[in-house]
Amino acid sequence: MSYYDPKDLRKFGNITEWSEELGTKFFDYYGKVFEEGALTAREKSLIALAVAHTEQCPYCIDAYTKDGLQRGVTKEEMMEAVHVGAAIKGGATLVHGVMMMNKVNKLDG
Amino acid sequence: MTKIKMQSLHKRESELAESNRQLEILSNGIFKNGELPTFAKKIKESNQFPLKPKKLEILQINVGYMCNQVCEHCHVDAGPDRKEIMTVETMKQCLEVIKNTGATTLDLTGGAPEMNPHFRWFVEEASKAGIQDFIVRSNLTIIRANKKYHDLPEFFKKHNVHVVSSMPHWTRGKTDKQRGDGVFDASIKALQELNAVGYGLPGSDLKLDLVYNPSGAFLPGDQASMEKDFKKALSEDFGIQFHNLFAITNLPISRFLDYLIASENYEDYMYSLVEAYNPAAVANVMCTNTISVSWDGWLYDCDFNQMLDLKVASKVQHIKDYNEDLLNDRDIIISQHCYGCTAGAGSSCQGAVAE
Repeated sequence: MSYYDPKDLRKFGNITEWSEELGTKFFDYYGKVFEEGALTAREKSLIALAVAHTEQCPYCIDAYTKDGLQRGVTKEEMMEAVHVGAAIKGGATLVHGVMMMNKVNKLDG
Repeated sequence: MTKIKMQSLHKRESELAESNRQLEILSNGIFKNGELPTFAKKIKESNQFPLKPKKLEILQINVGYMCNQVCEHCHVDAGPDRKEIMTVETMKQCLEVIKNTGATTLDLTGGAPEMNPHFRWFVEEASKAGIQDFIVRSNLTIIRANKKYHDLPEFFKKHNVHVVSSMPHWTRGKTDKQRGDGVFDASIKALQELNAVGYGLPGSDLKLDLVYNPSGAFLPGDQASMEKDFKKALSEDFGIQFHNLFAITNLPISRFLDYLIASENYEDYMYSLVEAYNPAAVANVMCTNTISVSWDGWLYDCDFNQMLDLKVASKVQHIKDYNEDLLNDRDIIISQHCYGCTAGAGSSCQGAVAE
């Protein structure tokens, strides 16, 4: 049995039951963030999908894959978004290589 | 040429071809064990039970279930193997009603309505009644399917028909997956031909609207945003113009129900519909302003109830006995499929129903 149960996503709203003020504030904020603004709701959905992958959140991947389909996002667009996330993750690892290089140069240059 | 990839549930003798079996599935499981509320219980919460008709606006007539396509999610279970076709006698009964109805919209649907051999005669006669908005729901590919249909754009124009056509996506892959191989290319060609005679152009009185319904087990997105995306893509890629996009939710009946069950999406889909329930959509749901007539003249609250064989709860049940006052006094028949019309911004044959 997995720690993750897909059905738990339906219960996400229940977190408010044990801390009403904070839960409500969070969901109000969450709703506001995804409204159409300087970015379209479609663009925000693709950003969320990319972040869902870098966070490796199964619930978020389920939610924003479905959300993308509802917005007419194609599978090619979704995969490109995932690659953006992967590139940032990969880049974030590799850019630390400069730290390693600095340290080597200082200790053994 | 459109390639037919599947057969209707009727042809396959699937148990889901039976409306009783569909209604049984919709009433059992998660709705019977109380995991989800029934539709009746839900609308009671907002004091909207029983659902009653308002002023009749739309008379929707299904002239037959025969179609040149076999779309994956068709709620009519239409296809080339369906032989149910409206006769001239029933059409004459419909014409009597069309002449006297208080409805302002006449909406012909199918199957592919154009495949009824009496279709053109019926349109010519019905257009004489001078009804304000005369819709024909054309699947587009029929225009390209055979030489005898090539002049349909001109025919529609001559009778000032409002053309409403299905288009599940602006990309070939998603469209053909749902509606069959070759459907996208044929639809694009047909839309260009409709544009060529003046349909769908800005300011044109020749109305051309598109219907979007999702290609899988998910709900439609915001209608206005989808319209913007469709307009941009179809215009940039193919020079196509149209007026409005109607975003329609797939209702869990017939072939879509079959698909939901086979793909193990049924429960999740019903959860999505119930979670998106919107009482404001109930107030404007299409069965409150529509009467649906089947190919054999029976009367229903909507096209979906027609496919589930849930005839109107009225003394008047057939077009030959039509009486608008009596019909308007009925209770609308509901079941769990009705959640499909009340999710989010709501859904109807005219698209979203709530702000």
